[in-house]
Amino acid sequence: MHDDLEQQNVGGEEFIAFRVGDQEFCVEITSTREIRGWSQATKLPHSPDYIIGVINLRGTILPIMDLSARLGMGLSQPSERHVIIVVHLRDKTLGLLVDSVSDILDVGPDHLRPVPEVNPSMSSEMFNRVIVIEKRIICEISLEAITPEMELQAA
Amino acid sequence: MSLDDIKETFFAECADQMAELETGLHEIQSSGPDIDTVNAVFRAVHSIKGGAGAFGFAALVSFAHVFENALDVIRNDLNQVNEDRMDLLLRSVDVLSDVIEAERTGSEPDDTSGLANDLETAFGLAEAAEDADDGDDALADFAPVMIDLADLGVAGTPAGGSFHISFAPHASLYLKGHDPLRFFRELADLGTLSVTCDTTDLPKLSELSPDESYLKWQIDLETESAREDIEAIFDWVDGECALSIEETGAPAADDGASLDAFLQSLDESDGGIADIDDFGRDPEMEPADAANPVADLIGSLEAADIGAPARQVEEQADAGNSDDGSEDAGARAGKKEVKKASQTIRVESEKVDRLINLMGELVINQAMLAERIGQAGFGNASPAALALVELQNLTREIQSGVMAIRAQPVKPVFMRMSRIIREVCSATGKKAMLELEGEHTEVDTTVIEGLIDPLTHMIRNAVDHGIEDPEKRQAKGKPTHGTVKLSAYHSSGRIVIEIKDDGAGINRERVLSKAIEKGIVARDAKLSDDDIDNLIFAPGFSTAETITDVSGRGVGMDVVRQSIQALGGRVNISSEPGHGSLFSMSLPLTLAVLDGMIVKEAGQTLVLPVSAVLETATLKPGDVYTIGKNNRVVKMRNQLIPIIDVGRQLGFADKRTDFTKGTIMVVEGGKNGMGAFLVDSIEGQQQVVIKSLESNYKRVPSIAAATILGNGQIALILDCDHIVSHQASDPDTAVIQSMAG
Repeated sequence: MHDDLEQQNVGGEEFIAFRVGDQEFCVEITSTREIRGWSQATKLPHSPDYIIGVINLRGTILPIMDLSARLGMGLSQPSERHVIIVVHLRDKTLGLLVDSVSDILDVGPDHLRPVPEVNPSMSSEMFNRVIVIEKRIICEISLEAITPEMELQAA
Repeated sequence: MSLDDIKETFFAECADQMAELETGLHEIQSSGPDIDTVNAVFRAVHSIKGGAGAFGFAALVSFAHVFENALDVIRNDLNQVNEDRMDLLLRSVDVLSDVIEAERTGSEPDDTSGLANDLETAFGLAEAAEDADDGDDALADFAPVMIDLADLGVAGTPAGGSFHISFAPHASLYLKGHDPLRFFRELADLGTLSVTCDTTDLPKLSELSPDESYLKWQIDLETESAREDIEAIFDWVDGECALSIEETGAPAADDGASLDAFLQSLDESDGGIADIDDFGRDPEMEPADAANPVADLIGSLEAADIGAPARQVEEQADAGNSDDGSEDAGARAGKKEVKKASQTIRVESEKVDRLINLMGELVINQAMLAERIGQAGFGNASPAALALVELQNLTREIQSGVMAIRAQPVKPVFMRMSRIIREVCSATGKKAMLELEGEHTEVDTTVIEGLIDPLTHMIRNAVDHGIEDPEKRQAKGKPTHGTVKLSAYHSSGRIVIEIKDDGAGINRERVLSKAIEKGIVARDAKLSDDDIDNLIFAPGFSTAETITDVSGRGVGMDVVRQSIQALGGRVNISSEPGHGSLFSMSLPLTLAVLDGMIVKEAGQTLVLPVSAVLETATLKPGDVYTIGKNNRVVKMRNQLIPIIDVGRQLGFADKRTDFTKGTIMVVEGGKNGMGAFLVDSIEGQQQVVIKSLESNYKRVPSIAAATILGNGQIALILDCDHIVSHQASDPDTAVIQSMAG
């Protein structure tokens, strides 16, 4: 599957792709800080179900979002096999719980499509663009859109 | 170090001195004058004046000078203090701080002559001034050393003056065909000359060698020309005579002259320049131009020590002081200055933050190490375990040291408020005093910075809206002086700051009608007294009849609430009509260390601030009473305390059904009384580093902050105030409370 990718324009945009359930999603590699294994999170009271809790990232309190739950695909059962993608948005850092990291993509503009109108249960507002390569369809997550609550009430 | 850096240091020192000054005056005002305080205040003004003189800030120097003279009157006789004079001195502090600010920003300082005149009149300085000289004597007795890096080296060569020249030709001079008489003629062209021939070295005739030079000349010259012109005359015989040119009198009122005077005093005290003969090329000679190396030396000395220009000048001035009448006080003040000057350094706060983060990591790593050593099977008495104990002790000490750097007392902010009160009082004609309590309470510097604006607003409001006019107060039988009490204390891991005034309290009728008029509440709204009080925090609300400079733009309390919320705090008001209002702010200590009680509940580790826990007890059957439908209370301390099911409250567990086991912690919940927190077990007590949840997430209700435990896990620190108040109130009032912050 790397063959088609190597033919992509060098200098296109880079994404980090990951699996949640049976689907593939991605975020821009520039907003990614690091990838780390799952560790037990401390639950937060009065928080939405997709906020699993907080973990200690080298002295920083890092909130962990269950991406599957956030996208309406059901709660994850976090295990050793899960992966946390640490992303940075404005001045905040957030961990996204995903099943596994699948790929690093260098994508030219001809593979980037606008988000189609999909069924309302999986809100299309949460995606920026869709990457279409051969048979793979990878939605780019809009970090802004999945963290509205954090934005609004940011102290 | 550039001149700008030095100025920066000066202004930073000014800020410290101003704080000292304000504190001192406040102390004098509240508990009467005492000589040590008066001296401290005097020194502060004196230091500012000294430093300002070094930088040539004329406006600052002249005002500080008058201020200082006024303080000197008090210093000499403590009975000279009275209310009007104190008032004047306090106003002078404000003006002085304005002038400093103006000098710092390079803008034109406001005219201070009005207040300066007032000071002179009130303290009887005018007569003294006339005695000394007519009129412009502000600088007469004070000649600071000007620091001018650009031409420090050549300073001290003003044009003209009187010179004393010692001229001792070597034999070689004559060999080359020079004639001393020619030099005297040329010198005579420069001004009035008087020449004395020194024949003391002339031997007896029998011992006289015709090839030797025995004669020396002492020449006094009054001239308009500069030193260089004199030196030029002797250019031809450079190295062939011993020559010294000393300035004996300088033309007055030249800036550079002060350095010369300084040099001269140095000469005198050191027993003449002979000591620094080494600078001359020939040790036998009178150093030909010794003054210049001295000037260079002084220059380099000053450049090296220039970081503390104020002190240097001050010491000089202090020495001068002890010459005049106030010998005792001056000398004592001087001595104490040396003893008292605490060594401080200024560090960027980011550096401290980094240190604190690393500290947290160290603590966690150490806990991990302890776990590993335990796993490796070393016994408690093994060298490894003992070394670990030492490490733990060290870590604890480092931790408290690091934390102490970041925490600062709220005092400086509180002291600033006394100025605000004075300003508002003079603008409104009201009379009010500031009373401080707990001003040594320490809180993180970021909180302190964030506090200034909201506090300023609230203090203004307290005086402008709260305190009544003196006449009204008198009519009500209150003292004419209103009191605004500012207090700070720690409560359940937060800092609480209260502003209490003894004014009229909130006029609920007016507040309500205004709120209705502005459309903030519906006309038929049914509001409790508390709700009405809290309306003043609503956006766009202002009850001021006329819009004044002081307050009344209708942004005040709204902005106050926002900025306190931005700090992660809450603000509340309670008011008693006719007796005043109490604003109470509760703020997090952000980076402060917390003594935490570690508890387990519903599988989670939680931390309660030890300061909030009054008592712990194991729950026994029969302790719990049920009141009404679902309210359970426990009887402790002769009181019925509502039981708070912590796991349920936080949503970690379903409602507890078994009230026969577990541990009860009686917790003080701020103004909302007590609560009996029911948890599974108590794990222990330890110091924890407070980590903000807001920085990456948001504020979570009932949670004050988070911390990282020894095992690397995060534990949440409970906000006891919030938990107690929210369990105590029914859902409807809870909405209002959350609106109030």
